[in-house]
Amino acid sequence: MEKFSRITSIAVPFPRVNVDTDIIIPAKHLKSIKRSGFAAGAFESVRYNADGTLIEDNVFDGPKYKGANILIAGDNFGCGSSREHAPWAINEMGYRCIIAPSFADIFASNCIKNGILTVSLPQEDVDALVMAAEAGHPITVDLEAQTVTCENALYKFDFNPTHKDMLMEGLDEIGQTLRSKAAISDFETKQKMMTPWLYR
Amino acid sequence: MADIKTEATPKTMPKTMYDKIWDFHLVEQRGEGVGLVYIDRHLVHEVTSPQAFDGLRAADREIRRIDSIIAVPDHNVPTKDRDLKNPDEMSVAQLEALEANSREYGLDYIPMNDARQGIVHVIGPEQGFTQPGVTMVCGDSHTSTHGAFGALAFGIGTSEVEHVLATQTLLLKKAKNMRVTVTGELPLGCSAKDVALAIIGNVGTAGGTGHVIEYAGPVIENLTMEGRMTLCNMSIEAGARAGLVAPDDKTFNYLKGRPYAPKAGQWDTAVAFWQSLCSDDGAKFDKEITLNGSDIVPQVTWGTSPEDVVPVTGHVPAPDTFAEPSKQEGAQKALEYMGLTAGQAITDIQVDRVFVGSCTNSRIEDMREAAAVIKGRKKADTVKEALIVPGSGLVKLQAEEEGLDRIFIDAGFEWREPGCSMCLAMNADKAGSGDHVASTSNRNFVGRQGPGARTHLVSPAMAAAAAIAGHFVDVRDF
Repeated sequence: MEKFSRITSIAVPFPRVNVDTDIIIPAKHLKSIKRSGFAAGAFESVRYNADGTLIEDNVFDGPKYKGANILIAGDNFGCGSSREHAPWAINEMGYRCIIAPSFADIFASNCIKNGILTVSLPQEDVDALVMAAEAGHPITVDLEAQTVTCENALYKFDFNPTHKDMLMEGLDEIGQTLRSKAAISDFETKQKMMTPWLYR
Repeated sequence: MADIKTEATPKTMPKTMYDKIWDFHLVEQRGEGVGLVYIDRHLVHEVTSPQAFDGLRAADREIRRIDSIIAVPDHNVPTKDRDLKNPDEMSVAQLEALEANSREYGLDYIPMNDARQGIVHVIGPEQGFTQPGVTMVCGDSHTSTHGAFGALAFGIGTSEVEHVLATQTLLLKKAKNMRVTVTGELPLGCSAKDVALAIIGNVGTAGGTGHVIEYAGPVIENLTMEGRMTLCNMSIEAGARAGLVAPDDKTFNYLKGRPYAPKAGQWDTAVAFWQSLCSDDGAKFDKEITLNGSDIVPQVTWGTSPEDVVPVTGHVPAPDTFAEPSKQEGAQKALEYMGLTAGQAITDIQVDRVFVGSCTNSRIEDMREAAAVIKGRKKADTVKEALIVPGSGLVKLQAEEEGLDRIFIDAGFEWREPGCSMCLAMNADKAGSGDHVASTSNRNFVGRQGPGARTHLVSPAMAAAAAIAGHFVDVRDF
């Protein structure tokens, strides 16, 4: 997984509330058995006309925000389905950080696994960043310092220390957990005695 | 792992059911509020698992406990013409990958043409795989369904599927405790679906974010297991990753004798353990909501989020009646997408398609509820298609034994094979652009049932009544 420390980039403003993972990537595009190839179908209802042609100047494809690595989103971003195809698609589109008032739990967890930083800030701060993004100002997100800076404004954000380490180190989480193999085995030995019906 | 105690020890802090299940499964504490948590049960389906198996192979890792897994195809299986060649090559690739992975690792695999095949969240309980006090996961957000049995069950992404396969654990942030109490008595004509929608209408789609919801109160106690599953299923639509109902005699009677349930020699010990799981008196909940169940009226959604819900006796709201500008804008967009006008009576909405099915409402009780309304009546001619999709092959067989299939077919409904079907339209079951669908599923998101499709979430009885009338009607007057 790619390490995350600090990025500076222009940002795409997409402050719609309750953006669900069906909007991020509709179910009909989930049929790949690979982890890639999802960017084309991402945000389909926002980016494409009914006839499949690209909507001109939509925020994701228009020239204004080309090359942006930050997405500024609305409250409860990523609600609904647990599909990890949503962060896969977002990653593929080039976004390494999403800033929103709040995120749905499963989506936020899926982002961490894919090296995407989700920053929660109060609504008024997100509103200010949307305006800055629309004006084309670059935004800097520093995970180590847990700050978002833009022009003269500085916003501090909270982030779980365990998750911070994982993002900053770009660790293989399974490899990490397997170091606790002995503890897992001990747990199983005890559990097998107490609730043996859970083992076959 | 804490010791099992069948009685609460004095002096210890009263715990919620969630706290107890968490503590029982904590392998290692990892910093503030994060723990390595043991996972007992894992349901695997074709859409969110192929990349996880590939990951295992790439890293040359084994599956830790194959006895913790059931694999079954459900999301994109066809619901008719199963003996014909499936023209959807991408779906076929996923179905074949699931079968190949299951065979390679020796998993319990239920193939499409097995009578036990069905939606993961229907077959888990049906097989007795879902049990009180277990931790249970699946790469599907509606895993919350299994909380109806007092299981801590939640949806995970594909990286987490791989993590559970390899380690039998997950690194989790502990959620907060929320309790939703539903008092009174549910009126005739209302079911668990109306309770779920009324709760979501009340707390909003982010109301449970960061929390596990425990449902309590007389209305919940009086729900059948099927009803409790419907309710817990939609916890995720209130933002909560998991829902819980305290296990009781209904739970134990449901499980007894099922294939994966504890066998005779272990049954009594298991029940004693299960009875100890309920939240202690005085346990602290971070958030409490109380609803009067006697006031609940059949619910219908009008917008593109499950929180956009009103009683069937109500009207489509005007966007300017919402307090926040972002909600006003959301409502305006929703009305445009749904082709509705502010102030329009819900009963004036014409219905083009009807879908009774999904992990929310495809169990035998749901089939009976729909059949009771449909019996002796005919689908309105203006309704293009009315699908009844049972949640599993066993539900289908049971319904046929009771003659429910004849009631549906005689009334002009289609009686299909089990699967997720038009809930998310990954297979051929799709609504057309602009179609209003009376649907017993769980999400009315933009494009969920097909591009441009307009979903209205309702109970099975309400969906059945809409199919007969051709528009929404109050099933209590029907």
